[in-house]
Amino acid sequence: MLSRTSQKTAQTLLRGARPASRCVAGPSMATRTMASLAQDIFKPTKFGGKYTVTLIPGDGIGAEVSESVKEIFKADNVPIEWEQIDVSGIEDGNKHTEELFRESIASLKRNKIGLKGILHTPVERSGHQSFNVALRQELDIYASIVLIKNIPGYQGRHNGIDLCIIRENTEGEYSGLEHQSVSGVVESLKIITRAKSERIAKFAFAFALANNRKKVTCIHKANIMKLADGLFRNTFKRVAEDYPTLETNDMIVDNASMQCVSRPQQFDVMVMPNLYGGILSNIGAGLVGGPGIVPGCNMGRDVAVFEPGCRHVGLDIKGKDQANPTALLLSAAMLLRHLGLDDHANRISQSVYRVIEEGKARTRDMGGSTTTHEFTRAILDQMERV
Amino acid sequence: MLACRSFAAPARQCLRRANGTSRWAPALAQSQSRFYAAIAEEDKVAKFKGTKGNDGKYTVTFIEGDGIGPEIAQSVKDIYSAANVPIKWESVDVTPRLKDGKTVIPDEAIDSVTKNYVALKGPLATPVGKGHVSLNLTLRRTFNLFANVRPCKSIAGYKTPYDNVDTVLIRENTEGEYSGIEHVVVDGVVQSIKLITRDACERVLRFAFQHATEIGRKKVRAVHKATIMKMSDGLFLSIAREIAKEFPNIEFDAELLDNTCLKMVTDPLPYNDKVLVMPNLYGDILSDMCAGLIGGLGLTPSGNIGDECSIFEAVHGSAPDIAGKQLANPTALLLSSMMMLQHMGLNDHANNIQRAIFKVIAEGKTITGDLGGKAKTYEYADAVIKALK
Repeated sequence: MLSRTSQKTAQTLLRGARPASRCVAGPSMATRTMASLAQDIFKPTKFGGKYTVTLIPGDGIGAEVSESVKEIFKADNVPIEWEQIDVSGIEDGNKHTEELFRESIASLKRNKIGLKGILHTPVERSGHQSFNVALRQELDIYASIVLIKNIPGYQGRHNGIDLCIIRENTEGEYSGLEHQSVSGVVESLKIITRAKSERIAKFAFAFALANNRKKVTCIHKANIMKLADGLFRNTFKRVAEDYPTLETNDMIVDNASMQCVSRPQQFDVMVMPNLYGGILSNIGAGLVGGPGIVPGCNMGRDVAVFEPGCRHVGLDIKGKDQANPTALLLSAAMLLRHLGLDDHANRISQSVYRVIEEGKARTRDMGGSTTTHEFTRAILDQMERV
Repeated sequence: MLACRSFAAPARQCLRRANGTSRWAPALAQSQSRFYAAIAEEDKVAKFKGTKGNDGKYTVTFIEGDGIGPEIAQSVKDIYSAANVPIKWESVDVTPRLKDGKTVIPDEAIDSVTKNYVALKGPLATPVGKGHVSLNLTLRRTFNLFANVRPCKSIAGYKTPYDNVDTVLIRENTEGEYSGIEHVVVDGVVQSIKLITRDACERVLRFAFQHATEIGRKKVRAVHKATIMKMSDGLFLSIAREIAKEFPNIEFDAELLDNTCLKMVTDPLPYNDKVLVMPNLYGDILSDMCAGLIGGLGLTPSGNIGDECSIFEAVHGSAPDIAGKQLANPTALLLSSMMMLQHMGLNDHANNIQRAIFKVIAEGKTITGDLGGKAKTYEYADAVIKALK
């Protein structure tokens, strides 16, 4: 169960990080403030006994699954006040879109914690930049954590999968720097920096230690991108020297994706640049049962945003009451642990797992015919029994 | 869309110059009047140009490779002579040489491939971290092999969690993320450039549609990440839509990379009627992932298609640890050579050998160690020979 690994709150995880100093030397000294995982990270405020949490339902199935989370949180009397912002990435001529987006960033900066669905990104070249990416860059929520694990009672292609994908979220291929040199020749820049590579590597090791994991694998393509991915890999190796208790190795991304579909049990914690994270988290989600059940979060120094780990909008099943709220619910449970509300988190996540294990209520993506509402109801009933 | 073939990316021009332009002159002259508008036989992209020699046989360059290469090459040779395939092998060595301070492929090897228009290649050991470009990359650039074709088909008799996989993936092979253009901006900040050009996109996309027609598939799907990389992948996507209009009999659609990864791993069967085409990096990752679905690189063939020459290869490693022990599985190289025969128009021979290979593996009596059997490489080859018609 996922709760095993996320039992430790993200807070302890960050505290557990040793202020490593050895690998910060010489010219990179200036980057130190950025790369270190300080202790002062997370202090959300509590007013009237309640935490205020930003809720961005997102597009597609977002509204439905958020409703499910709100209902379940209410039933469990979770001391959380939602600050909901209905920003949308779908261009419907609404001039307030940009405004709402600014507002959601302000809200997240204020509350330091949020729960988020996925925002749609148009493919058209005239369309806006991805709000999802802009949000991560703006808030500098640099580490994406995706937990890929078999859910008991739901048979995937493989058994015994328990891996965690840690993905750099703010640079790499998603830098958004592109230009057309002459007509028909486009350059897209992938940016890799030592500071950010170091930061994500440290995060991965700290996460592995805090969650009792044994091995950290660096995923890269340094045989081809010798400088960019080479920097990422070398930085990882240097940081690894500070964590002698953890086993480390590195793997080329094409091999890693092949290994993922043939022998996924070999992986534990995996750390990688942005694009590879997108690819591998989707492969991972496919192994255990789809984007509907994979939770995740994005961590920064100040702000933590919890969102489904496998970022799919689900426009095709929008409004059909077919969506699986499990991913958002489990992400919300991670959020509760982040706030130190472990009792609530355990009750909710265990109820979700129990309902799935019983197998009576299954949404369409898991081969059942239960609606989102019925599934939520089943979880509520289960919570009453606990 | 009338695109003349005489364009050349700057990088390629450099290489051509380096290799002596004279060799390329006839090829360029030939292509002056060549248009891509239709796929009439003489206008096909990357059509095989080789001709039979006086003895009624095609000459094919054989780069046997390192490690297990010579053993599995021997199996291929044995099976081909038993099947009476009209092919004469010309073995060459591609061990890099130092020339003008650069490591290059020996001229004999390049001449041989240029003359024969087609080559079969075993695994090459790429020394890691020795500072020179990988030999595979050098070959790709030297012969301008713009498309990599990677079919993955489940093999009866070798059980994986996925059944009946039958995907075909085409990868742009010359630019994209693997352009090799990188620089350090300041210490600790690296820019790596993903290069997407109209010419390269058009060429690989047109080849993809043509390949779909050839293998009888009705759908082509472009895989992209244009939500994030709006200009580069956006260009690839918009060219794909243009080219699709030239092939009205083939259904075209596009899919986001994330969705492709997710859906292929969840259930690869809907991809059995499609040809997927994508930029370099995505193709690299997805083609290996597909290989994982059917049991690894030991069973997947690969073809690198160029305007003039094409090289068919086994993409697995050279496995120096089991070299010389007759433990290696020659299937990937054999299947790659099947693709080569199809490329050369020798379909009957290809079908005959392919049937024999699948029969031997399905029976499971004489298979190599990697498939769970005990047979030696030559015993497996003998079994295939016995199964020939």
